[in-house]
Amino acid sequence: MKKVIYRNQISKVLGISLVVLLLFSISVFAQDEVATVAVQEETAADSSGDPVKGKTLFNQNCAACHALNRKMTGPALANVESRLSEEEGLDREWLYAWIKNSSGMIKDGDVYANKIYNEYNQALMTAFPTLSNTDIDDILAYTAAPPPAPVAAAEALIAEGDGGKSSGISNELILGALLIVFALLIMMLVLVQRTLKRIAIANGVELEREKAEKGLPIWKAFAQNQFLVLVFSIFLLLAAAYFAYGWMMQIGIDQGYAPIQPIHYSHKVHAGDNKIECKYCHSSARVSKHSGIPSLNVCMNCHKSIYEYQGNPEGPSQEDLANGYTNEFYTGEIKKLYKAVGWDEENQKYTGETQPVEWVRVHNLPDFAYFNHSQHVSVAGIECQTCHGPVEEMEILSQYSPLTMGWCINCHRETNVNVEDNEYYTKIHEELSKKYGVNQLTVAQMGGLECGKCHY
Amino acid sequence: MMNSVIRLGIAFVLVLLVSACADKDRPNYQYMPNMYEPVSYETYQKVDFLPDGTSALNPAENTIPRGFMPYDLENTPEGKELSRLKESPLDSLNSEVNLAVGKELYDIYCAICHGAKGDGQGTLVKREKILGVPSYADVARNINIGSTYHVIYYGQNSMGSYANQLNYEERWQVSEYVMKLKQDL
Repeated sequence: MKKVIYRNQISKVLGISLVVLLLFSISVFAQDEVATVAVQEETAADSSGDPVKGKTLFNQNCAACHALNRKMTGPALANVESRLSEEEGLDREWLYAWIKNSSGMIKDGDVYANKIYNEYNQALMTAFPTLSNTDIDDILAYTAAPPPAPVAAAEALIAEGDGGKSSGISNELILGALLIVFALLIMMLVLVQRTLKRIAIANGVELEREKAEKGLPIWKAFAQNQFLVLVFSIFLLLAAAYFAYGWMMQIGIDQGYAPIQPIHYSHKVHAGDNKIECKYCHSSARVSKHSGIPSLNVCMNCHKSIYEYQGNPEGPSQEDLANGYTNEFYTGEIKKLYKAVGWDEENQKYTGETQPVEWVRVHNLPDFAYFNHSQHVSVAGIECQTCHGPVEEMEILSQYSPLTMGWCINCHRETNVNVEDNEYYTKIHEELSKKYGVNQLTVAQMGGLECGKCHY
Repeated sequence: MMNSVIRLGIAFVLVLLVSACADKDRPNYQYMPNMYEPVSYETYQKVDFLPDGTSALNPAENTIPRGFMPYDLENTPEGKELSRLKESPLDSLNSEVNLAVGKELYDIYCAICHGAKGDGQGTLVKREKILGVPSYADVARNINIGSTYHVIYYGQNSMGSYANQLNYEERWQVSEYVMKLKQDL
């Protein structure tokens, strides 16, 4: 068996030729760059405390459970000081006490402390005895006057989102229009030729081509030469056999298969940009036959906190925008996850109404072949990318390797096994090395080509 | 004349048809599907008559998988306080191996937020995706091995449970490694 690099090779060549035909006059409309709104940082009007320092402290200590304008594990903290003094009549001293030792206040029976404790599912706030009063002043200054970034950023986002969407639609429109123009052009050419011919005949001019046709047509001359016909038909048969063989060999091979998934999960964003380990989500690849699709609680490990996509600091690239991958698009996909897992964002609670996500399986070995992930991942220590390709660069996951038997066997023939520090098998490794007269044993030499290893 | 137009049209349609067959969204044809497709249900396969419509089911109630070690503490503040009394059940003579495995697992599951050194500066924190991840040396939290295990098991605040990604032994190995990181900070 040979390694097949592209499935549907013939049809792909034809497809490319079609595209080339169509592409003559496509002009690419560059996405207008969205002017980013310059954000001016307001200085805090509050009497004491440095909001810049406060932001750092807030991000380090508070942001795990609190956001400014959004309920998380704990309440939203924008203007918390003025809110408390207006609604509950509590001063800054109360906040100092609460932040430094909240559980003590609950035990001592402070009314508001107990109220907020029960309101938030009795989640105890970590005590921060290490924060000084000045630190807390800084944090409160930050909550009172945070930089007005969110509004401006949101506006910019909306503008970008619209741009992305409209370009997606117009691309299709342009293609359609081009197709029509192309067809019209052909029609016109034919018509023009016909009229020209008519005029020529009317004027009594005899066309040169028709003159030439008076002689023996070339195909008739060809048909009369038997040797040429023989050579030509042999050539034709061989070519047909070659293509038929190639076509039959690609049946059952799904290299390049990239189905559309119910939730647009981007490996590029997760494994590439954010450098999350493959095995974080596909944890069963370490210990079992299957690499497994993570259950949604694994998604929620991070997406409980990450409720919107903010992208890279420099914003979405032109390429992403052209594909419609705006920040808003990704945020919408996160909402799909929330819906499936039954996460109520408002109240930060699971509703219990779940629905399974019907992921489409990409890599699928035939049932008669046995393959074990843990043996390759944990025992052999092979990188996931060896077989699955540069997944961290794939926006839409596609099958990288052909997964044919020839492909498996090639790797087993070429890969040396790391036998160091494996005392249990020392003897057998030594004897095998002697038998084959080599220093390094390949998988094949250790029996990795036996039929029964994979087919039983 | 008309003939050539028709011929051109047919060629054009043929090219269009064939190129349309190269579909990345659909799996390829197979020679003998009944040898390719499994007879038994596959993991996560859609099965209409089962409760959730999928072959992935919860274990029967009041049963535990073989080798599973139940955890006796509850997911409450009191449970967490009690967890501080627990000690690692792993063999202390084997701690070098345990720490090595612990490091490997820590780097996969924890370092993305808590940082490779445990200082709370993982990639996601540096990129400001998740904020407020504390350092293990944080005095107020004063983590110890039992409470670390407890938090891995149940999760805490924004952190989710890792009980399904790490098994009983692995959780203790990670806890031991976290204690080592705390010491080194």
